[in-house]
Amino acid sequence: MRTRLAGLELDNPIMAAAGCAGTGRELARFFDIARLGAVATKSVTLEPRAGRPAPRMSESPSGMVGAVGLQGPGIEVFLQRDLPWLQSQGGTAVVSVAGSGPDEYADVARRLTAAAGAAMIEVNLSCPDPAAQGRDFADVPAEAARVVRAVRGAAEDGVPVFAKLAADAADPVALAEACVEAGADGLSMVNCLRGMAVDPVTLRPAPAGGVGGVSGPAIRPIAVGCVYRTRAALPEVPLIGMGGVQTGADALEFLAAGASAVAVGTMNFADPSACVRILRELQQLLEERGVDRVGDVVGAAHRPTGAAVPGR
Amino acid sequence: MSDNGPVQTRSPVLTVRRVDAYHAITVVAPQIAERFRSGQFLSVGVGGEHSGMLLRRPFAIHDVKPDYGGTVEFLFAVRGPGTAWLAERRSQDLLDVVGPLGRPFPLPRDPVNCLLVGGGSGAAPLFPLAHALRRRGCRVDFVLGASSADRVFSAISARRIAETATFTTDDGSFGVRGRVTDALERVAADARSDVVYACGPMPMLGRVAGAAGRLDLPAQVAVEEAMGCGTGLCMSCVVPVVGEDGFTRMARACVDGPVFRAERVRFDDVGTIPFDALGAPGWKPWSDDPGAEGAPEREAG
Ligand SMILES: Cc1cc2nc3c(=O)[nH]c(=O)nc-3n(C[C@H](O)[C@H](O)[C@H](O)COP(=O)(O)OP(=O)(O)OC[C@H]3O[C@@H](n4cnc5c(N)ncnc54)[C@H](O)[C@@H]3O)c2cc1C
Ligand SMILES: Cc1cc2nc3c(=O)[nH]c(=O)nc-3n(C[C@H](O)[C@H](O)[C@H](O)COP(=O)(O)O)c2cc1C
Ligand code: FES
Repeated sequence: MRTRLAGLELDNPIMAAAGCAGTGRELARFFDIARLGAVATKSVTLEPRAGRPAPRMSESPSGMVGAVGLQGPGIEVFLQRDLPWLQSQGGTAVVSVAGSGPDEYADVARRLTAAAGAAMIEVNLSCPDPAAQGRDFADVPAEAARVVRAVRGAAEDGVPVFAKLAADAADPVALAEACVEAGADGLSMVNCLRGMAVDPVTLRPAPAGGVGGVSGPAIRPIAVGCVYRTRAALPEVPLIGMGGVQTGADALEFLAAGASAVAVGTMNFADPSACVRILRELQQLLEERGVDRVGDVVGAAHRPTGAAVPGR
Repeated sequence: MSDNGPVQTRSPVLTVRRVDAYHAITVVAPQIAERFRSGQFLSVGVGGEHSGMLLRRPFAIHDVKPDYGGTVEFLFAVRGPGTAWLAERRSQDLLDVVGPLGRPFPLPRDPVNCLLVGGGSGAAPLFPLAHALRRRGCRVDFVLGASSADRVFSAISARRIAETATFTTDDGSFGVRGRVTDALERVAADARSDVVYACGPMPMLGRVAGAAGRLDLPAQVAVEEAMGCGTGLCMSCVVPVVGEDGFTRMARACVDGPVFRAERVRFDDVGTIPFDALGAPGWKPWSDDPGAEGAPEREAG
């Protein structure tokens, strides 16, 4: 079940998505997190952040709208407490970084590199750019590229840097190309899509933060489409696919669309054992097909009609 | 994976009953029953396997019994589609249950006089607490309140367990007209209470905390903040709580709580990010104070 992501080899293609796996400790009460291909951490910022006011979440059809706002202890506490713990459990740590500008992102990446222990850096580009009212870095390909270039420059050479993109960019493929051009070794897609809900009683936004992020099975077709289009445009660039993965079959769908690994987000909330269950289901599906290498199904949906189907 | 952490089970429903305005479901869940300590809750998947309702619904554990290998009971009011689905469950249906979750009520070492204050369905976790306190030789007094008579939770068992049980309703349909806090100070004086335990809506808990402060009584409160996961993953259930080092953190009600020491919860700031909370926009790193960067026991994450 091994899979490769730009020089990083994972035991299997199932990961926990950033911001949906706590610090790893919370999930470790339900299963051994070393069984996962990797665990992505909540995006780490330079200083502690308190996030947005409660309520932060609202259920939507087959999904949810969340506005947590990057609550976290900051890079120093993360390095003292969370990263060593993940390592002590034998987990592969994908460290997600965030910031309010290229300098802050780079600063976080530099401190990470100095401490060692991150198997990969994932650049969360769905963060508000203070210089552009209400816009995220990912909304402007040139701004996203500046951030990626800064992180790539600050990070250790052997550690892959993946840019994480949302599907509601004006042109996700152009954004992906800009990030790769700027030095991204691969891409994670997708982050939550912007959306909101209104409380039917108060007629006020729910969650309280106003516009939030939509995640869960409701966004899966959009996420799969994003992976598929990006793979078609950039066939050599490794992709981590995510967005509404609920079952092993959903993970297989992302692999076939072109992802080399698949992350599970919101389903961890619904089912704390989701990651290991999805891994088991995927393993079984591949076995049933007689496929023993994950690479054999990666990008299968791009083969011309009439071409041999892996394992069939 | 530790032996006392939460577990996820597919538990058969033993019984579904109506109790006044509430529904009570008892499930067979020996591992949850074994680990449970009062104040902890469970979360239930609703809507069935192909449901569009993704988030689990949290409920306080109301009772735990050794029958049938270990059963757990929770009581709930039908509020929306999730609880409506639960109310339609029948004996032998399977429920996906995770528990026990959260930090329990700390119990006093010595047999002291305990005042238990509950509002609406918030009374649920106080019943196993009352039993645990009685087993330790504590005196237990109840003050239970609700909007109307049919929402006063388990009045009969409250009378049975406690030395005294006082009831309040907003409409006066049962017990004293008014709020639990109207009765609290008198009952605390009569019962010579040493400690207060409370659970209920946030505004009520704020008033209980105020009253306990005026009476100079320590109080433990179990808060109910909206939850996305119940397991500490999603950061949705945050409440501003002052840590031992004096810093306010946005603590997760589901794993750092739901039980907190009343004077540490900033009730007036619930639903906001206080300006001085760790990491708030106006917050400044206190680099000369190691507490700012250390890893306190109840870190918000
Ligand atoms: C720790 C804890 C213990 C609880 N114990 C009990 C109990 O013993 N008995 C009882 O009747 N109720 C209890 N509640 C409230 C109960 O969880 C909600 O009534 C229930 O989730 C409503 O679900 P719904 O689908 O019917 O309503 P909807 O309003 O349709 O639910 C939509 C979403 O909002 C969330 N939500 C809605 N109301 C609440 C609420 N008051 N608290 C938290 N989340 C909410 C739901 O979980 C769901 O994600 C408790 C809540 C918490 C946090
Ligand atoms: C509550 C919540 C918090 C999240 N926090 C982060 C984060 O800190 N960094 C990040 O890159 N993505 C974050 N995400 C996005 C997820 O990693 C994932 O990309 C997205 O939710 C889509 O996958 P899903 O549908 O499986 O949840 C968060 C998502 C949710 C729901
Ligand atoms: S409900 Fe998800 S962290 Fe508390």
